[in-house]
Amino acid sequence: MLSVLALTSVVLLSLASQITAIVVYTSWEKHALVGSDVRLSCSFFSWHWTSPDVTFSWQYRPDGAKEGISIFHYGGGVAYVDNKGPFRDRLEFVGNPSRRDGSILIKELDFSDNGTFTCDAKNPPDIVGHSSSVRLLVFEKVPVQAGVVTGAIIGVVLGLLILIVAIYYLMRFLVARRVFSLSMSKHGKKGKGKEGTQQKQAGPLK
Amino acid sequence: MLAILLATIVLHLTDLIILFISTCANAWRTDGVRNYHLWYDCTQKNGEADCSGTSDADWLQAVQALMVLATIFCLISFIFFLCQLFTLVKGGRFFFTAVFQVLASLFVMSGAIIYTVMSPEMKNENDAYGYAFVLAWLAFPLTLISGFIYIVLRKKE
Repeated sequence: MLSVLALTSVVLLSLASQITAIVVYTSWEKHALVGSDVRLSCSFFSWHWTSPDVTFSWQYRPDGAKEGISIFHYGGGVAYVDNKGPFRDRLEFVGNPSRRDGSILIKELDFSDNGTFTCDAKNPPDIVGHSSSVRLLVFEKVPVQAGVVTGAIIGVVLGLLILIVAIYYLMRFLVARRVFSLSMSKHGKKGKGKEGTQQKQAGPLK
Repeated sequence: MLAILLATIVLHLTDLIILFISTCANAWRTDGVRNYHLWYDCTQKNGEADCSGTSDADWLQAVQALMVLATIFCLISFIFFLCQLFTLVKGGRFFFTAVFQVLASLFVMSGAIIYTVMSPEMKNENDAYGYAFVLAWLAFPLTLISGFIYIVLRKKE
């Protein structure tokens, strides 16, 4: 009995430490045009309330490089942007830490900005967790993504098909109803009572 | 009459199978060890296939869409044929079946033509056309013939 209690408490404690891990969210990939601005969003999930000591930090690792450099840090209520590295004067903090948003804005993109941006957020006492990375791809011209044209063509053709079939059946239904209402008025069954039928009869005769 | 019916069904099923293979097999162009188009770009290395996605060219996506649509329409026409076989009045023609089959043949023709015209852009030195490309061109006359048979065929009791 005691061993069962001990085992259960160990399992619950280990689950609790899993539950209290912080989870950081960013996009997977970002596509942008040369010269434009791109907003890299970062948010986190934590079971604790948002602490006033929450920190966000962004790291940048260029394509092909082994190590990354730190380009942004928010801590103690103050945002510190890059003032020496490749993003000086181009980086802006547009997030709202009290809303768990640590997004940054990078202006005037260049091809040398291709790389991986890693966001790490900490919400004391919840500090254990993985960081999350977003890949930035800078294009001269935004390419057609794989499958967009394919899906569009298939969707349009099948949509037209369904539309034509629906119109065909609608026409058949309307013609059948018109024939029905004409034959009913001929036999004089509902000629007196329903004015609706009279109006319908008057319509096509115009 | 039963012989004609069976032959028509066999032809239609052959068309369907050919279209499926041509659309799904990734062998429109081959290089000996490397086969690419319509969906992947795979290289055979020591018995393993090293695949990456195919290029995003507009015309290639159009060919993908047309082949998929041709297969879908051939399948729909087969289902319609089976339906109309039981519900059609005596002496009636298999109109809907014929329409869908002819549309399928037009789609596969467009797809094969677009691929034939545009693919020399991506050609390497030792490239040859793969079996899926040949099947696509084979599917076009077969589906057209099948469609015409349905136009002419009448239901007898």
